[in-house]
Amino acid sequence: MTGDVRDWITIVLVLVAAVMCLAAGVGLLRMPDVLTRLHAATKPQILGLIVMMADIALNTPAVVTITLAIAIIFFQGLTAPISAHMVGRTGYRAGSVHRQSLVRDDLATRIEEAERTQASEK
Amino acid sequence: MTVMNVLIGVAVVFFALGALAALYRLVTGPTLLDRVVASDVLLVTVMCGLGAEMAINHHATTLPLLLVLAAFAFIGSVSVAKFMGRRDDT
Amino acid sequence: MGDENEPGQPDTSEAKPREEKTSVSGLIILSVGLVVIWMLLWGQFTWLSLITGVLLALGVSIVFYLPAVEMSIRINPWYTLVFFARLLFDITRASIGIAWLVLKPRYVPSNAITAIPLRTRSDLIMTWTAEAISIVPGSIVLDVDREDSILYVHVINVWSEAEVDAFEEEVLRTEKRIALALGTKADVARVRAGSAASVTINRGGETP
Repeated sequence: MTGDVRDWITIVLVLVAAVMCLAAGVGLLRMPDVLTRLHAATKPQILGLIVMMADIALNTPAVVTITLAIAIIFFQGLTAPISAHMVGRTGYRAGSVHRQSLVRDDLATRIEEAERTQASEK
Repeated sequence: MTVMNVLIGVAVVFFALGALAALYRLVTGPTLLDRVVASDVLLVTVMCGLGAEMAINHHATTLPLLLVLAAFAFIGSVSVAKFMGRRDDT
Repeated sequence: MGDENEPGQPDTSEAKPREEKTSVSGLIILSVGLVVIWMLLWGQFTWLSLITGVLLALGVSIVFYLPAVEMSIRINPWYTLVFFARLLFDITRASIGIAWLVLKPRYVPSNAITAIPLRTRSDLIMTWTAEAISIVPGSIVLDVDREDSILYVHVINVWSEAEVDAFEEEVLRTEKRIALALGTKADVARVRAGSAASVTINRGGETP
């Protein structure tokens, strides 16, 4: 009885993670530039991973499992923004931005300013 | 039980499609950064797939593997981005 | 540090004290964090893992030296809980939003890169804010101006200036939650007072 309910929760969570991974893949194909691909690709998968870890903890509730699951979520949660930032920063500098679709671009004016002051200092 | 199996099959198909799309971007991606992002996606898809297998079969033997994969994903994409940024500066 | 001045008084004297020698309390907080992670990794809370963890933590923080960050010991458990609960909620909501955006039939890109001046002067709070808004799908921190506490954020799927401004409000609320959770008294006073940031963003031409 309770095992049955647990199986259903398990499969629903697996499906959620699967949809997130599918969305990431489709996002990679459909988005126009690196920055938007970065959004669509890496972020929803964090939810997928959290859901998966919760699922494992639910199915094999042992101290080792739960601590390791927490460690994985913690690690991924801390490192994913860092790598996204590095890739995004490099992508913007490398010029792979779809500029027509930007409503506002404060970084461009900022970089321009910095270059101007640098030029005047020389 | 059969409904359960069908749902598991659907999940497997979703995972596979996501992985294939990432693989396509990994092969064709115009810039190096696209490939970095794609390899990240592929790796997390693998992690989610391994996790799903563990959850469905009620065990936790490959959990340490996920941690190692997460570490490699991070180190890989950061070092490529860093390397590209440096080449960009000079 | 000169943290006793009026909140909301943008001054330069307070501008971040940098690159001092590592404070002992900072080292202790860092080491405790590392030991906890170590024990989580081994999945056992025994004396062996504790001792090896302490040794490793000290070794790592001595060998891989990092510039000192103003650590505050003050952590408000209730606001920390509120922050993490809200973060989880945001991640869930935004993930579903992005997944829908990607999977829906017609997609037209419209994004923005906006500069958000934060009110805090603390590196720690700025880092946490950047982490928090980066991990929520739909926004990535592209660049950081540490002197003026400005975050340059790329936001996906915004269609007008008004929407970008609404997003900025959201970020400032996140900053407030973080400052309430682990900021020093001065930080809390600053965000409570809702003081303006010390810099204004020049959006070439738009400014009156």
